[in-house]
Amino acid sequence: MIAELGLGLLWLAAGLAIIQSVLGMFGLWQTNRPDLGNAVRPVAVAQAVLIGMAFCCLIYLFIVSDMSVKLVAANSHSDKPMLYKVSGAWGNHEGSMLLWVAVLAMAGGGIALAERRVRRDTLIATLMAQGLLALGFYAFLLFSSNPFERLNPAPQDGQGLNPLLQDPGLAFHPPTLYFGYVGMSVAFSFAVGALITRDVGPAFARAMRPWVLGAWVMLTLGITAGSYWAYYELGWGGWWFWDPVENASLMPWLAATALLHSVTVLATRDALRAWTVMLSVVAFSMSMVGTFLVRSGVLTSVHAFAVDPQRGTFLLALMLIYIGGALALFALRVGTVREGAVFEPVSREAALVLNNLFLTVILGVVLIGTLYPIVAQGFGQQVSIGPPYFNPAAGSVALMLVVVMAAGPLMRWRSDSASKVLRRLAIPVAIGIVSLLVVRLLAPDMGVLPWLGLSTALLAGTGSIAPLWKRNLLQTPLFTWGMVVAHLGIAVALAGMAVDSAFYKERLVAVSEGETTEVGPFSVKLVSVEPVIGPNWTAIEATMEARRGDGRPFTLHPQARNYSTPPTDTSEAAITTHLDGQLYAVLGKQGKDGRWQLRLWWKPLVTFIWLGGFMIALGGLLALVGRVWRERRGARSAELAA
Amino acid sequence: MKAKKQRLILALLGLGAVIGAGLLAASGLKQEASFFYAPGDVVGSDLPLGKAVRLGGMVADKSIRHDPDGVTIHFIVEDGKAAVPVIFKGIAPDLFKEKSGVVAEGEFRADGAFIASNLLAKHDERYMPPELEGKMHKTGSLTS
Amino acid sequence: MRKVLLWLPLALFGLLLGVMGHGILHPEQTTIPSKLVGTKVPQFELPAAVPSHPALTSRDLASGKPVLLNIFASWCLPCIAEAPVLEELKAKGVTIHAIAIRDKPEDVARFLTEHGDPYANIGSDVSSRVQISFGSSGVPESFVINGKGIIRHQHIGDIQAQDIPKILKALEEAR
Repeated sequence: MIAELGLGLLWLAAGLAIIQSVLGMFGLWQTNRPDLGNAVRPVAVAQAVLIGMAFCCLIYLFIVSDMSVKLVAANSHSDKPMLYKVSGAWGNHEGSMLLWVAVLAMAGGGIALAERRVRRDTLIATLMAQGLLALGFYAFLLFSSNPFERLNPAPQDGQGLNPLLQDPGLAFHPPTLYFGYVGMSVAFSFAVGALITRDVGPAFARAMRPWVLGAWVMLTLGITAGSYWAYYELGWGGWWFWDPVENASLMPWLAATALLHSVTVLATRDALRAWTVMLSVVAFSMSMVGTFLVRSGVLTSVHAFAVDPQRGTFLLALMLIYIGGALALFALRVGTVREGAVFEPVSREAALVLNNLFLTVILGVVLIGTLYPIVAQGFGQQVSIGPPYFNPAAGSVALMLVVVMAAGPLMRWRSDSASKVLRRLAIPVAIGIVSLLVVRLLAPDMGVLPWLGLSTALLAGTGSIAPLWKRNLLQTPLFTWGMVVAHLGIAVALAGMAVDSAFYKERLVAVSEGETTEVGPFSVKLVSVEPVIGPNWTAIEATMEARRGDGRPFTLHPQARNYSTPPTDTSEAAITTHLDGQLYAVLGKQGKDGRWQLRLWWKPLVTFIWLGGFMIALGGLLALVGRVWRERRGARSAELAA
Repeated sequence: MKAKKQRLILALLGLGAVIGAGLLAASGLKQEASFFYAPGDVVGSDLPLGKAVRLGGMVADKSIRHDPDGVTIHFIVEDGKAAVPVIFKGIAPDLFKEKSGVVAEGEFRADGAFIASNLLAKHDERYMPPELEGKMHKTGSLTS
Repeated sequence: MRKVLLWLPLALFGLLLGVMGHGILHPEQTTIPSKLVGTKVPQFELPAAVPSHPALTSRDLASGKPVLLNIFASWCLPCIAEAPVLEELKAKGVTIHAIAIRDKPEDVARFLTEHGDPYANIGSDVSSRVQISFGSSGVPESFVINGKGIIRHQHIGDIQAQDIPKILKALEEAR
């Protein structure tokens, strides 16, 4: 019953999306019929409500483990803990597509409810675009990926969620990324809407900015969480593999970062109009490319969803229509968008242009590297592109970008003098140069990229706080704090990456019970190895006692685990966090002589990577709240003055 | 007009960034693309020394030997045409065994041995969603 | 100049779509076709898999007329699906030899009784060694071999009804 209700709601929502688009078109066209345009808003809200309810139906079906629904039977199991039953709703292709379209519609509803600043016709055009976007995905769901399909006869129990997805980090990872991806659709719709009504200006930028910021914060969180998940789940001690699916989330983030800086320039200085529109299209395109890469089977990866070329083809068709349409609209209309304000080559605008250019280069490098294996196949070559390509290419440009990031906030708008800027940067640059020399002296064997990375991180770290110097901290706007925190977060993450990759210690040994081994500043003793049983798994668990010099000993319990439904083996690493890094232990196999294989790492400052990631997201959140607050206050005082 | 000129410059800079990315990518790809080799591909021809490559084939029967350190294994990868000795230090995946397929990532040594940094055993089922189980072609595993 | 810049993004996107579309049409190969196509069959001598059929050696595959070599196993599910297609090929006059990999005589015999027996000679390849020497990476897999023992065509996976014309054509061309 609930499944049929969910499906019905899905159809209704799709119908409303059609109405929303059609009303929007007529509302723009028939200017003597304002009622048509006015109706678009409530329709968008209604669509959001209906699809939200449909998604709730799906979650309900998973909560009660209704095995007569094909999706539940394929992806869940009555033994699953409740949290994972719920997250199982979106831990599969159909469910996650339903989540995608629900977020898309709810974003549309949000714009319809909250947006007051932008011109009426631009808003109608934006909602029309959003409705058209949703339609493609509704069609995808209804005609090829129905989440509410029944299974007759219903099986006794489900085939179980992949145990690797039974994990709190991974339960929240897809929703955060989806809010990010789909949030980019709002920017896209605004860009299309503004192009149609020829309304590309500061008002459009201000309307779009909170959505871009919000989506960007979500993407940052999603990527950070995903990286930490891969780190502790895959048992290799690495936190980024340049895997196609990881790149699928990084590419929209790079475009979104460029977009969010561009939007600010347009909102405050009325410059970079064409750039902002183009970046809005690019950011959403990257979201769709990412979705395509993950679902189509074009590239195999450690965590691609169910692969299906048919789904891939559908997504390609949607991309052709949406992105192709938007880029054609851009080519036709951008000429009518008046040029923005002029600025000097040395100015904050110019620094932000440089920021965008560097981000574009990194995006291009990552995109080409990710897609290259497909091209090579066409010529019969089987290649894989991994860290040896990505790290130097993306890393070197990223370092240059971080230096610009340190300088940018210290530059004046419109026009500044190079010598004055350098003077403001004197301390950060000095720290950078000193650290270059000191680090080189203390660690002559350090790799080039980590060495430059650490020095750049120190330069950027001090540079990011610089805007706060000589300011009344309590009077400093919240969004400025946001910028400081986010930029500092980049420096912190970069420092973590550099220190971990240069100074980690690894130990791979076979030991007997009672034996001790050393890794970094720790001595680790293998006390015992025992079988253990969990809720839906059995495992071999090692008890290890570690201590640092004369410190208090603590225990670690790495496991080699077996799940039954579906049959899978995983390695559960034991990780302990200390102020200056993490100790990471993996249990291997037992040799014929009874010794156990152990792999141990000491990873100094590795936690800075994710700490930095969260700081970046926090900075974005502060900026978002700060802007919204400021604009509320501005609107209220304008009302009072009127 | 200054504004028009500025827009043109910005557009050209954007184009420059795209071209720059392309050039950077091309040079990186040329050097760092990791190719896949079967044993038969390397015997008799120049070894791709100093490059990260992948070697795939079957683990020859009775060829796995464990070193006294307990973590280094030696084995032979063959494809019926040739055989390559491989040395791997690490924890082997569960599906790694004799007469089963394997893909090793690593580098060739000048003497023809392959030093593996990572091993992938075929049908690492952990990452394969249920839909793909029971594929039509049951591969015995020459590939990843 | 301006026009070029305006339409360049769309053109680049078209290129991107092309790459991704190409990737869909030519999915990443999860098997590697044998490099032996065009080369002579590897030398081998396999014992008989079942008493009812003769053993198989590489000489049987260079008999003067084209033959189809089918690599199968009793535990292989797609091989069951393939059996009627092989029967049809046999009915059309094709000589089909087989290599049964990693199998036991009683299981092979049971397979032939239950699903049909289109084979002439059946060799038993318990360790899969000969299979590998053919560059075969799984079951079922079939090879079209000409009268001189040169491999002319490789078919990966089960031969389906719609593949029959292709196989017959390959056999024809192998004359």
